[in-house]
Amino acid sequence: MSTASTRPLPGSLGELASRNVAPPPSSSEPCKIEAKHLDFYYGQKRALEDISVQIRPHLVTAFIGPSGCGKSTFLRTINRMNDIIPGTRVDGQVLIDNANIYGPGVDVVQLRRRVGMVFQKSNPFPKSIFENVSYGLRINGMVSSKSELAGQVEESLRQAALWDEVKDRLHESALALSGGQQQRLCIARALAVRPDILLMDEPASALDPIATQRIEELAYDLKKKYTVVIVTHNMQQAARVSDYTAFFWLGRLVEYDRTDKIFTNPTEKLTEDYVTGRFG
Amino acid sequence: MRRSLDVAFQALSLLVLLLALAALAALIVDVVSDGAGRLSWDFINGYPSRRASQAGIFPALAGSIFVILLTALLALPIGVAAAIYLEEYGRRNFVSRAIEINITNLAAVPSIIYGLLGLGVFVRLMGMGRSVIAGAATLALLALPVVILSTREALRAVPGSIREGSYALGATKWQTIWHQVLPVATPGILTGLILSLSRAIGETAPLITMGALTYVSFAPDSIWSSFTVLPIQIFNWVSRPQRDFHANAAAGILLLMALLLTMNGLAIWLRDRYQKRLAG
Repeated sequence: MSTASTRPLPGSLGELASRNVAPPPSSSEPCKIEAKHLDFYYGQKRALEDISVQIRPHLVTAFIGPSGCGKSTFLRTINRMNDIIPGTRVDGQVLIDNANIYGPGVDVVQLRRRVGMVFQKSNPFPKSIFENVSYGLRINGMVSSKSELAGQVEESLRQAALWDEVKDRLHESALALSGGQQQRLCIARALAVRPDILLMDEPASALDPIATQRIEELAYDLKKKYTVVIVTHNMQQAARVSDYTAFFWLGRLVEYDRTDKIFTNPTEKLTEDYVTGRFG
Repeated sequence: MRRSLDVAFQALSLLVLLLALAALAALIVDVVSDGAGRLSWDFINGYPSRRASQAGIFPALAGSIFVILLTALLALPIGVAAAIYLEEYGRRNFVSRAIEINITNLAAVPSIIYGLLGLGVFVRLMGMGRSVIAGAATLALLALPVVILSTREALRAVPGSIREGSYALGATKWQTIWHQVLPVATPGILTGLILSLSRAIGETAPLITMGALTYVSFAPDSIWSSFTVLPIQIFNWVSRPQRDFHANAAAGILLLMALLLTMNGLAIWLRDRYQKRLAG
């Protein structure tokens, strides 16, 4: 994985900063998630710089960019997952449905129920398949009876396109599933608590091509019910599944636009160089 | 040259190992030859007597088991709770570091000091008298540092991805610890508990100090009963001038070893059982 310092790069940060970066495609469109001048720090190190972006509901938005560009960090600010890392700090705002999730009195636990997350490395709990999906429902007190619980678990597994493969072994360990099945289980688990947003942090990076395809199809289908944000290393993946694409570079948002425009006719030279594979 | 040094060191290591094993084997053979003849149902089930051939060990055996079970009941919740606080909740500051250093040092304090503490606090100040509960409380103090240290170790070994997965579903910190972290850490916690209890069951000094060195000819029937334990009974018999009592002591040692082996076997069984459950 090459970093910015190991290869000569087209464009420079100074040149970038002087421009008005990434205008939202059209401010009049509805907006589910909005970042306003967001800075993020790991200790003294600034990992995100002045990120402003508006993410549309019921569409798939992809974050692309080279390793260490801040795309995962930004994703994790949307459900405040970075809060559990000591020494991190946020400046600016992230609004979900026009409410600042970094405002005073925000219940982080409640926020994370509304904003589901799927991680790069599938992380099923070392419990049964059923318990993995029912856990979120139980801790959030979302079901009142056993039959209701079973129904919700089935529905979640169906949404994640996993039900047919596991319906006869719901009480076996989730760790016995294949990598792709584990990742879909993690998606089912996240969907079970009925979020409105689903964040996916490189969900297919550890999977084989067929499992990857299933995750991609799933991401595409899920936008009917959810707002999906997906971080990916894989440019073809971004082009295939997303409606909007945001390109990050060195902690900045370089360009944000409709996916077809980003990949066929980007405004920034830097974006063009990245999507055509000249660096990254 | 380097090669021959390697061989020499290997030989030296083997020699030292064999020496240690030989010493252990000699001890065991000696004890078995002295004590095996005295081991019988009457001996295990009998009460102390002036005549060596009629003396039994039942009160001490029952006392040991009773005390150690009570010790476990006291040390496990307190030790695990303390470890959870230190590892999961406590902030890293001067106070927490001072507590950590103290706990590590407490694990190395001579056990007779705990006996003095038990005598002062439990027997006298809290008025428990020379009872089973006072003995168990003293031994629990002795076991606590090891329980806390091994629990912290076990908590730290739980993968961060499991915690993140739980938080991402809208779980609170306590829900995450109780439902996800503790089950994964259980094998490590149990191993630490049983190892520390194995040390406690062989302890003589603290119980002598707090006054368990009395002639007790009945098994304890409540936590307020006075009691004796195997090591003290063995100590009593060894200090008698008659040779026949020495055979009783050897038989008592065999029983104590059997109890220890059973506990360690239990630890291994529990650990394997949990690990198997986790691995599916």
